[in-house]
Amino acid sequence: MSIMGTRVLRTEDPRLITQGGVYTDDLRLPELTGAAYVTIVRSPVAHALITGIDTSAATEMPGVVAVLTSADLPAAPEGGDPTAEPLLAADRVRYVGEPVALVLTEGRYQGEDAAELVSVDYDLLPAVPGIEAALTGETLLFPGTENNILGTGTAGEGDDVNFGGCEVVVERTVVNQRLAPVPLEPRAMAAAWTGDRLTVWSSTQNAQLARGAIAGAIGLDPALIRVIAPDVGGGFGAKVAVDRDAIAVAWAAKHTGHAVRWIETRSENLVGMVHGRGQRQTYKIGGTRDGRVLAYHLDVVQDCGAFNRLGVFLAQLTVLMAAGVYDFAHAGASFRAVATNATPIAAYRGAGRPEAAAAIERAMDDFAAEVGMDPAEVRRINVVPPDKFPFTTATGATYDTGEYAAGLERVLGAAGYPALRAEQARRRERGDTVQLGLGMSVYVEITAGDMSGETARVVVDGTGAATVFTGSSAHGQGHHTAWAMLVQDELGIPMESITVVHGDTDAIPEAIGTFGSRSLQLGGTAVVQAAGVVKEQARRVAAEMIEAAEADLELDTAHGTWQVRGDPASALGWGQIAERAGPDGLAADARFDASAPTFPFGAHLAVVEVDTETGKATLVRHVTVDDAGRILNPVLAEGQRHGGIAQGVAQALLEEVRYDPDGNPLTSTLVDYAAITATELPSFELVASETPTPINPLGAKGIGEAGTIGSTPAVLNAVIDAVSHLGVRHIDMPATPEKVWAAINEARAAR
Amino acid sequence: MKVAISVNGRQVEAEVEDRLLLAHFVREVAGLTATNIGCDTTSCGACTVLLDGESVKSCTVLAAQADGHEVTTCEGLAGADGQWHAVQQGFHAEHGLQCGFCTPGMMMAAVSLLAENPNPTEEEVRTGLEGNICRCTGYHNIVRAVLAAARDGQPAQEAS
Amino acid sequence: MIPAPFSYRRAGTVEEALDLAAEAGEDGKYLAGGHSLLPLMKLRFAVPEVLIDIGRLAELSYIRDEDGHIAIGALTRHHDLEYSALLAAELPLLAHAAGRVGDPQVRHRGTIGGSVAHGDAASDLPAVALALDATLVARGPSGSREIAATEFFRGLFETALEPGELLTEIRIPKPAQRGWSFQKFTKRAIDWAIVGVAVQGGQVALVNMGSVPMRAAGVEQALAAGAGPADAAAHAAEGTNPVADLGASTAYREHLARVLTTRALAEAASRN
Repeated sequence: MSIMGTRVLRTEDPRLITQGGVYTDDLRLPELTGAAYVTIVRSPVAHALITGIDTSAATEMPGVVAVLTSADLPAAPEGGDPTAEPLLAADRVRYVGEPVALVLTEGRYQGEDAAELVSVDYDLLPAVPGIEAALTGETLLFPGTENNILGTGTAGEGDDVNFGGCEVVVERTVVNQRLAPVPLEPRAMAAAWTGDRLTVWSSTQNAQLARGAIAGAIGLDPALIRVIAPDVGGGFGAKVAVDRDAIAVAWAAKHTGHAVRWIETRSENLVGMVHGRGQRQTYKIGGTRDGRVLAYHLDVVQDCGAFNRLGVFLAQLTVLMAAGVYDFAHAGASFRAVATNATPIAAYRGAGRPEAAAAIERAMDDFAAEVGMDPAEVRRINVVPPDKFPFTTATGATYDTGEYAAGLERVLGAAGYPALRAEQARRRERGDTVQLGLGMSVYVEITAGDMSGETARVVVDGTGAATVFTGSSAHGQGHHTAWAMLVQDELGIPMESITVVHGDTDAIPEAIGTFGSRSLQLGGTAVVQAAGVVKEQARRVAAEMIEAAEADLELDTAHGTWQVRGDPASALGWGQIAERAGPDGLAADARFDASAPTFPFGAHLAVVEVDTETGKATLVRHVTVDDAGRILNPVLAEGQRHGGIAQGVAQALLEEVRYDPDGNPLTSTLVDYAAITATELPSFELVASETPTPINPLGAKGIGEAGTIGSTPAVLNAVIDAVSHLGVRHIDMPATPEKVWAAINEARAAR
Repeated sequence: MKVAISVNGRQVEAEVEDRLLLAHFVREVAGLTATNIGCDTTSCGACTVLLDGESVKSCTVLAAQADGHEVTTCEGLAGADGQWHAVQQGFHAEHGLQCGFCTPGMMMAAVSLLAENPNPTEEEVRTGLEGNICRCTGYHNIVRAVLAAARDGQPAQEAS
Repeated sequence: MIPAPFSYRRAGTVEEALDLAAEAGEDGKYLAGGHSLLPLMKLRFAVPEVLIDIGRLAELSYIRDEDGHIAIGALTRHHDLEYSALLAAELPLLAHAAGRVGDPQVRHRGTIGGSVAHGDAASDLPAVALALDATLVARGPSGSREIAATEFFRGLFETALEPGELLTEIRIPKPAQRGWSFQKFTKRAIDWAIVGVAVQGGQVALVNMGSVPMRAAGVEQALAAGAGPADAAAHAAEGTNPVADLGASTAYREHLARVLTTRALAEAASRN
């Protein structure tokens, strides 16, 4: 029986459970003995000119190895992009937390002591704390530019959407708030010279991309850099490649010749690691009173933070995916991406697609309320029917496969939707303090959208053991278990004899790594293809050894043996064949480039209770379909859904990065940034659904971000639904108790 | 100052800075790096160890305060024969970890929870783990892991 | 996340603690469970040069029935308060509230004395001490003295303790009225209260409604005059001065004070 699709516990676990993982700050390698500890001096102000840096007191402190500033960096070439981001701030700082200097100390504890002694003179400039201020253009982040707009774009009909024939039009401006990714392991990096090579250990999702980024930034031939990703304690997109803080640390090793190591504190992480989301959205949705939506327009203003790391790209994804699961006759979207004096924004679980789903799913509920119809019914009327795939939306995305209406029905069925509506009606009738809210989403998202392919190498040695070198780079996803399953299925080598290697540029020189939910469909397919080549190599060698025709040979995957069909006595094991093949055994490389991205989809139903006196919303049930095509290992897929759902719920109810009017962060510790805990969540109810894709041989789409994309709008819609009978039409995320209370008051006052 | 702390049954003595946090004593002096540090406001619980059998956040205890006391870390959970603690078994069986960074602290919190409440309800497990943040799992399987440990293990068993 | 350097001193007796504190002067701070002080030191908001560890003064950890009142040693941990059978019987408000402080790990270290001496209006136990009409016993160089809880909390993180004085006991009269309730409103279970209300009989204290924990005098007067829970609770925000911060606006805090007081009074009545 094939192992594909079966529940297999993780091979990663034993080590993690008994000894703990080895994350970057855990490394105790000979190369790092005596490494200097790096502490980063960061800007405490949002926008200022640097008029002087005095490092003398810090340099003189006992234990200080070096104090480095931008003055020690090679001069930037003339005429570069004025909005380019430096490694260390030179003459100006643009966000609280921006790196200004590095302090290298012998002891770990000396770092903060020495950093306090670095004296920086700041000449304050007016701050641009958010989108509204950025759009006025009164203060520009980059001298010589005309405004704070870093990029613009459109999709579909752009801003010229045809609303003709609409009996009903609803327009609203909503917030998709800035979030902090909060991987439990903060950013960390270590670097040491061995001979003329720099070895870098980085908490990264992409060792190979990191190498390229470091090489380019510090002027070192990539061939002289080795990047290793040790165990990585969560990434969620925020640890793609490396950012300027980590590159600066690597540069410090090059500049001083000293081995170095760095790990940031959580307070630094909450202002120094990239943030996610951060959009102001205005939607306009129009249609007829029977529930048919005819036109949809979305205007997006994307907060990029102080530099365009990924802000423009995220907004591009949002406008591309703006139409969601719906077949709209007319749709268009446009964006402006603006610079603000805040932490730069980049990928965070969903990266541009949660924003699109949140807008359209809110708009659909808004439209349903306007025409007085059940939101499930309005969705049924408008989703793309199953026979229209591949389907190109009005905003230009071509979806491979989908069963949107079926997903919604299954979730509503599993939740017991009619009974829940009846309970809601009873509570409304009684005027209960605690009201029930039902919120749904039907969503689609784009995975492996980068279209850059992935690599794999499979080796079988003389003992019959296999090693998989994968371009993918797990940071919790369980790839080692999954890829071993693939190889066992393809070659019949048992999982216990399969080792998976990732995240080392010496072992895997060419790869993209993990983000955008690409790994199984691209990396996994590459593994299967490489294994397939190994299989054919083995067939040739076995044919020679058995002196039979290749066509007469079969691989018995249940036993991992090659034999002449019908003649078990002829059986040879993988070890024997690999040994015969040569000193390097059997080995094959593969690179899989998909012809297109894939489009997972699903439906979520959230059941919340809202205490109408305090405004506090509690999620009591959350039922989902998250369909990512053929599932390799349900254990892993469910785990990804759970984690994704939790982060999406957190956006709807709790989490938000906030700044004061001067650009000072207000949520720079985990006391103030309300990262969600177990007490705010129920157990989730997952419904299985597999609609394969033809885009790759595994039939697989990406599951990693789907849960997040579907959950946020469902929970927000549920909170609003709980108090809609009181006249509330919208509440911005996060729907904190005070916001709900204020919305109830406002609605009551308006009546 | 000089401190002597029993870590997983082994005496560890060292001359340390007065301000040395127990978390760093465990990681740097005792050389046990399973216990992780995830925040600086006593919020995340990744650093949770047992101090005289009770869960504490080792980032908010000075090594000096633990001087002369017993500390148990994740590395000390399994039996001398290598047999996994019921909590470890539960975490594996229920896929209660993904990246693993919060896991040692989470398991130690669970061990302490079960020592005080051997048969918790789901709600009691969630409240009992309120001091531990996980970003990967959404807690769903962590709760299942702890309930499995309560059901299938001997929760009052002392870690060695 | 690393405290500034300091010198660590360990006290073996209360006398020794007082001597070490006198020696350190204004550079010294007592260290009990450390879960109010160490977090501040790790962010370098507090930079004492000398820490006097009183955590091993076992003689200050006790819960005793003393005939008309319960005597609690200042070093009694929240965990021990939560699980005390004596408190469950005599002072369930305190046992319950202690079980809501922070999280289990914090409760294994934090002490009632540390919490009360820290004097944070956003903490739970100072308000509970007020609601229970506690007497705080402090030892100083010139001997012992008793301070009523109503006189103890002077200002923002400021108590009646003189420099070097050590809180040794919290003495709580056995309540005449048995009804009690503790309403702690948070967004997440581990958060400090946005607003909290502690009720014991006709005594009502508020968490995080100003720079000090306070009794809701208006509510108590209304109750004494015979008002029902909702009518009495309407006075909950009188005389308060709640901040507007990340957690809530002033208006919302005032509203919560009224709502939570209504619920607390109703729950207390049901327990009578």
